Amino acid sequence: MTALLEVTDLVKHFEGGGGLFRKQRTVHAVNGVSFAVAAGETLALVGESGSGKTTVGKTLLRLEDATSGSARFDGIDVFAADRKTLRDLRQRMQIVFQDPYGSLDPRMSVGDSVAEGIEIHRLLPKRDIGARVRTLLEEVGLDGDLAAKYPHEFSGGQRQRIGIARALAVGPSFIVLDEPVSALDVSVQAQVLNLLLDLQRDRQLAYLFIGHDLSVVRQVAQRIAVMYFGRIVELGSRDEVLERPKHPYTQALISAVPEPDPLTKRKRIVLPGDPPSPTAPPPGCPFASRCFHPSKNARCASQLPALRPIGAALVACHHADAP
Amino acid sequence: MNTTNAAAATTPAPLLAVDQLRVGFPRPRGGGSYHPVDGISFTIDRGETLALVGESGSGKSLTSLALLRLVPPPGQVAAGSVIKLDGVDVMSLEGEALRAIRGGRIGLVFQDPTTSLNPVLTAGYQVKEALTAHAKFSGGEAKERTIALLDEVGIPDPTGRYGAYPHELSGGLRQRVMIAIALAGEPDLLIADEPTTALDVTVQAQILELLDRLRAARGMAVLLITHDLGVVAGRADRVMVMYAGQLVETGPTAELFSAPAHPYTQALLGSIPKLTGPLERLAPIPGAVPQPHAWPTGCRFHPRCPVRIDACAGEVPPWRSTAPNHEARCWVVEGRAP
Repeated sequence: MTALLEVTDLVKHFEGGGGLFRKQRTVHAVNGVSFAVAAGETLALVGESGSGKTTVGKTLLRLEDATSGSARFDGIDVFAADRKTLRDLRQRMQIVFQDPYGSLDPRMSVGDSVAEGIEIHRLLPKRDIGARVRTLLEEVGLDGDLAAKYPHEFSGGQRQRIGIARALAVGPSFIVLDEPVSALDVSVQAQVLNLLLDLQRDRQLAYLFIGHDLSVVRQVAQRIAVMYFGRIVELGSRDEVLERPKHPYTQALISAVPEPDPLTKRKRIVLPGDPPSPTAPPPGCPFASRCFHPSKNARCASQLPALRPIGAALVACHHADAP
Repeated sequence: MNTTNAAAATTPAPLLAVDQLRVGFPRPRGGGSYHPVDGISFTIDRGETLALVGESGSGKSLTSLALLRLVPPPGQVAAGSVIKLDGVDVMSLEGEALRAIRGGRIGLVFQDPTTSLNPVLTAGYQVKEALTAHAKFSGGEAKERTIALLDEVGIPDPTGRYGAYPHELSGGLRQRVMIAIALAGEPDLLIADEPTTALDVTVQAQILELLDRLRAARGMAVLLITHDLGVVAGRADRVMVMYAGQLVETGPTAELFSAPAHPYTQALLGSIPKLTGPLERLAPIPGAVPQPHAWPTGCRFHPRCPVRIDACAGEVPPWRSTAPNHEARCWVVEGRAP
């Protein structure tokens, strides 16, 4: 696989909580994450809140500065890029956010919002921009005549389409999709997922799909990385991860998905407790405090398991290959 | 306990009976009012879990607020709406009698424990406050009972957590505190409005498990309000599907999932991605949920319906029964009058 994006040992710590009466604490959001995304493929980054998945997406676009580690996009070092290089990169890498309400400027017509990137990157002469915006809106399934309207005049699903048109405007080859359908109604969610799949096929886009819903992820991703407490605990093909999950956390996550079918009687693993505090990472496996694996032992509490090949996947567990 | 006469004992009356519930808001321009909840009728029996499923804007949350007479002004429950709890006409209650129902006989759990808990009061204080609002206890006894409640909702180290502030608790623990508050009045009915929507999926599983355990242990009825058919599938005895302010289908859970009758229910099930089974392109429902001030005429789903006929835009369809206790409101569905 020739990687379009290659991320190595990405770490992001936030210094937070410091105040007049409080000691400053380091929040360990991302604790050494490595993965690659090939041209035209979708890698899903799945995890619960606090797993660090959104932070990974933001550091890749340099919306947050990484603490350490590297990201190479088409051979270019993203974290070391100067202003000019970064500008070029942002023409090729884009992001779509979860909240289509918060990510569009309410005082800008949607046409102007979509055109903004084209203007910043001077991709077209002024007189041609209107027609391109129209084409883009139509490509995402909206009426091109709606360009003069404002965000509040659109439904949530339409606003997310506008957010996607805005990302497409500069002609990227890679898009970070940060929970792109989580805020949408179920009946509308499917429209946007199908649109994302069609755009990927038509434009050979690569996606990093950040999500928490495994059923949604199954629909779009070729490969899945499961995150827990700022680390990838399992990484493999869609079928490998969903049908033969090896990490106990992945197994619990799958078992907790509420399936819309009362006849599916899966073994439900209800995990006790919560993940550890991000300001006080445990020395060993971060999942150990909630783990139910029969072979769990003292080593889990003291030694951090590395991501290693087990079967056809990469798994960070001392015991996942034990029965 | 209420005294029940012999006739009522042989044919148990439902715990809650709602008939033609409408919630009206004045139109901003032009006068008159519009109805985000528009003619809902249902009953809940003791000890059962009834799910009310709908997308945002369907009116499901407003329905739950109306049951407690908590509709935010200028909205109000329209004349002619009937809400009876154990035979008592909730619509006619005022003052102390109404307070005995709110947080007393009917407990309420909201979606977001972060905004519904007071950030400057401890978890224990807020549960104790709810306890003493509905019964008199001595100081020591109230604290003891609070700790017992925190324990009952599965909060580890309840004595230690009594003094914790909401921000010191995780989302799952905050929701457990909310549930403890709702239980403080010894409710016969617990309304859980999207109780797990703000929570992670592994924590969601814990909370749903807890609600079901409490229902069974206390013989409470639970009205589970959610947008997520998946949450309903393993939990509810019966399901009501709501669309655009009205119920469109009701039935026993297994039956509703295996043989959905209303085109909206069918389309909703077809548009949900699933974790198992063949991987197919999703079949989305075209268009968007209509706005309450502009409900479509006739069947309100007709503009988005794949099987609509001419009659659908004209008149409101009648209820038709497709199987015992399974009814849908659709012109196209085959069935008998219920």
